[in-house]
Amino acid sequence: MAIEEKRLILKYTDQPGYTNDIDCYIKHGGYEDLKKAFKMKPEDICEEVLQSGVRGRGGAGFPAGMKWKFLDRKSGKPIYLICNADESEPGTFKDRQIIHKDPHQLIEGILCSAYAIQAKLAFIYIRGEFFEGYKILERAIEEARVKNFLGDNILGSDYSCDIIVHRGAGAYICGEETGLIESLEGKRANPRIKPPYFPAALGLYQCPTIVNNVETLCDVKHVINMGGKEFAKIGTPGNTGTRIWCVSGHVQKPGYYEFPCAGVTLGELIYDVCGGLLPGRKLKAVIPGGSSSKILRADERFTGKKKDGTEFDWGIEDIPMDFDSLSLVGSMSGSGGVIIMDDSTDMVEALANINYFYAHESCGQCTPCREGVPWMKKITTRMCTGGAREEDVDLLKSVADQIAGRTICAFGEAASWPVQSFIAKFKDEFEAKAKEQAILRKQGEDTATETSLI
Amino acid sequence: MLEVKVIDTVTINVDGELAQVPKGVNVIEAMRVVGKEKEIPHYCYHPKLSVVGNCRMCLVEVGNPMRDRQTGEAILEENGEPKIGWAPKPVIACATNVSEGMHVRTNTPSLVDCRNGVTEFLLINHPLDCPICDQAGECRLQEFSAEHGRGYSRFKEEKNVKPKRTRLGPRVTLDDERCILCSRCVRFSQEVAKDDVLGFVDRGTYSTLTCYPGKELSNNYSLNTVDICPVGALTSTDFRFKMRVWFLKRTHSICTESSVGANTEIWSREGKIYRITPRRNDAVNDTWMTDSGRGLFKESESEERLKSYSVDQVAKSLDDAIAATRELLEGGSIGVIGSAHSSLEEQYLLQKIVKHTNASFEMIQHTGEGDGLLMSEDRTPNLRGALITGLINQLPDTRLGQLKEAIEGGQIKTLLVFNEDLEQLGIDLGSLKDSVQVIYFGSSKNSTSEQAKVIFPSLSVFEKDGTFVNQNFILQKFKQAILPPMGLMPDYGVLTAILSELVENTHTVGMPSMESLWGEISKTVELLKSVQWSEIPEEGLALNGDAFASMNFVETENLKFKPTLVSEIV
Ligand SMILES: Cc1cc2nc3c(=O)[nH]c(=O)nc-3n(C[C@H](O)[C@H](O)[C@H](O)COP(=O)(O)O)c2cc1C
Ligand code: SF4
Ligand code: SF4
Ligand code: FES
Repeated sequence: MAIEEKRLILKYTDQPGYTNDIDCYIKHGGYEDLKKAFKMKPEDICEEVLQSGVRGRGGAGFPAGMKWKFLDRKSGKPIYLICNADESEPGTFKDRQIIHKDPHQLIEGILCSAYAIQAKLAFIYIRGEFFEGYKILERAIEEARVKNFLGDNILGSDYSCDIIVHRGAGAYICGEETGLIESLEGKRANPRIKPPYFPAALGLYQCPTIVNNVETLCDVKHVINMGGKEFAKIGTPGNTGTRIWCVSGHVQKPGYYEFPCAGVTLGELIYDVCGGLLPGRKLKAVIPGGSSSKILRADERFTGKKKDGTEFDWGIEDIPMDFDSLSLVGSMSGSGGVIIMDDSTDMVEALANINYFYAHESCGQCTPCREGVPWMKKITTRMCTGGAREEDVDLLKSVADQIAGRTICAFGEAASWPVQSFIAKFKDEFEAKAKEQAILRKQGEDTATETSLI
Repeated sequence: MLEVKVIDTVTINVDGELAQVPKGVNVIEAMRVVGKEKEIPHYCYHPKLSVVGNCRMCLVEVGNPMRDRQTGEAILEENGEPKIGWAPKPVIACATNVSEGMHVRTNTPSLVDCRNGVTEFLLINHPLDCPICDQAGECRLQEFSAEHGRGYSRFKEEKNVKPKRTRLGPRVTLDDERCILCSRCVRFSQEVAKDDVLGFVDRGTYSTLTCYPGKELSNNYSLNTVDICPVGALTSTDFRFKMRVWFLKRTHSICTESSVGANTEIWSREGKIYRITPRRNDAVNDTWMTDSGRGLFKESESEERLKSYSVDQVAKSLDDAIAATRELLEGGSIGVIGSAHSSLEEQYLLQKIVKHTNASFEMIQHTGEGDGLLMSEDRTPNLRGALITGLINQLPDTRLGQLKEAIEGGQIKTLLVFNEDLEQLGIDLGSLKDSVQVIYFGSSKNSTSEQAKVIFPSLSVFEKDGTFVNQNFILQKFKQAILPPMGLMPDYGVLTAILSELVENTHTVGMPSMESLWGEISKTVELLKSVQWSEIPEEGLALNGDAFASMNFVETENLKFKPTLVSEIV
């Protein structure tokens, strides 16, 4: 039984005949919410967003309304809004869909938000490799400008705001908000220390700045459309609105699927929505929120107490797909990148792959991440190419423990959580590999197994 | 006389004990106040540079008194003590400022684990070439590794390879493999030297310090990067491989390059100076000095140095030279050209001779371009000393005035010259040879010394004790670092001997002590009333220069100097 998606943000995309130009968008009711927003007071919009409970879709899941409240409005400095379209977390591919297929929705969301926080200027920081997306956005902005949806005196009001699209230069760390800001200022994307450089107080050019993900900003448009209270009815308390899950890996129909928060369970997503696993395979593990989130083992039982005090006892397939449930089971919904692994997966190789990515992407500023992450990569690469030792498992964990929580930015955690969780849950596989290779080495045989390492 | 600043303090709790620390400073600085054993290890933090928090060595645990969100009232424990909300993760001390009631833990097992972790990470790709590294003995990495390293390596992989000998500029050589990427040198170049030539290329573990293409680290402050580099990555091309630092004796001194008077440290062994580095003084030079000032010791090693007393160009004993001088001075018609290179003690003694012999006195102002930082327009270390001791009562000109006319008009029979070259001052000694006799005090040969009747070789600042008064009227002490050339006495010794011959008609043997000289100075010089040599603090003594405020000093604004506009003084 296939479960029907409930699309909010992707409502029109992929419908036959729906194009990404402004006329089509307007025909489908586009920019009406902007007009509505301009009839409201900015602070009332902020209040609606707060009431909606909408949480950030970029990774950390911080309530957007709350973030906006932290804005330093007393400094007298200009306020900036930045849309984070750097989308680089492995396993995540939702923002690109929005940009390609419905750019005006994003622009409308940005303008509603910019007006609400009274930003002087808005930026879209788009991943450098998204060249097509960049062109689409540039064209869409011009279309919107002609119709006076952005630029000077928007819709005849005395509010003016422009959007500048800035292409990144190809580094994952540009997605971290303070690294992004440095990059936007024309420097290396070295994340800043917080405190004191919280963007809401000392952001772009040391001015108060709000950074939100593409999907989050689109949500704002719908909050204005429905009103905060109505929006909050989608999903469950604390987990409002929809989420676009990007499912990849060993399923029949990988892709992006939009559901209200807690609208599907992980099992439904895999088996009903994505058509299940490949023939003859068994589920082995799931990384639920982008490669940095902690891995879940298929045969785990997850038990404990929810915030409201009720107890839960879930198998992996029972986990409701929302922010809180995924953190209850020790992982996170992160950027919405759900990576499915079946029993053909070599866990050491999978981790080696992830480590390769993070070692390559560390900005190199702070010691634990710069030195520790490539070290973990070297260990797991060696383990995959015949040099595994039994002590490597503990060493890996110890190195990861020396990184997490001690770095400038959350990249330190992003890179250590996979190692910590793979080892916590698949230690046996790491040890088995080491034992097997040790025997082969002893017999003088070639230990290098065929690997699919990149 | 000493200005005591009243600093606001806050009370914090450090590892269970209360401590008073200055308000608003960061936890590293606060712990310096608390005491040595609480020192927080750190690499990237430097008190005079912006805080970037990249080394992660300085992690501490911090908690603050909890307050009720609604009422703002303090939440108390059962015993009435304020309840402390501890931060969930360790925080960097360098970017955490102290506040009233803050609790700090500096030495929990988890913090030790943090430091050990950072140390291990810094070492895995480090070449571990301490035996051939110049920084050995003064390397932060080496010191902290002794305490926080594990003594064996868990790293079985291949180390990164990076450039080993990069010439960054004329005076600085870089070994990238030793660089811990703390960015101190980069920040110094941007923020202090204002010469933004250093930066990192490549990412992550491949990050490499380098100069921008086509640029060099060649500004006159480049060697400060070597000083602040916590490891042996940046080395002084001049000092490289010359000497182990632990063999060197350190002596406090003052840079004589300009009226800034940067505080320095002289590093010497067996009478030879190997290098000069800046010594921190927040009122004078922070922690910096010029490259040019570091090279000044080479002048005193020059071939051109005067090394013996002489009369009529024949080497003589000091006594003979003094006897000849006495005779000349007693003959009257004396002219004296003093120097702002002389120490305050020497200027004081010379002032007595000038008064006693009723001599015509002038001094020359030596100026150059200032750099707005630590090189001022006045290229002498002690012009203000001459004002304070009464040797001069107005600012000198850059050339000779009436004295020149007096010399050429035959009114001067004996000319006592300090440091200056008469030829450069436009006086043709050759044609005056029969009418004017010159007594020359100076360290190097020049056209004046070649024609002088009596020569007293002067000692360099490294070879004697004394004081200078800098651009801000700070009295600063320097100490003898190395022995002078055999048999030579500092100018203040010679001048004391001449004075006692002249005034008391007694022959003194040996040098006066600084204590006795200051015993006299402190009684007679108004601004130095009751200042004793032993009481002049290492960081200098700020004198009140108000009496000279209306003078048009040549210095323009620099790191620690703001000119007072004459119009402001009414
Ligand atoms: C290493 C790292 C990479 C990140 N990359 C992205 C990214 O590509 N896109 C994104 O929206 N947020 C990314 N984030 C999260 C941002 O820092 C920031 O929290 C987010 O843009 C805020 O938007 P939101 O509140 O709407 O989620 C990243 C964070 C870290 C630590
Ligand atoms: S944690 Fe990694 S990515 Fe983040 S600042 Fe440090 S080195 Fe850069
Ligand atoms: S060269 Fe020295 S000062 Fe510069 S970044 Fe490297 S370790 Fe730091
Ligand atoms: S001193 Fe380097 S992080 Fe604080």
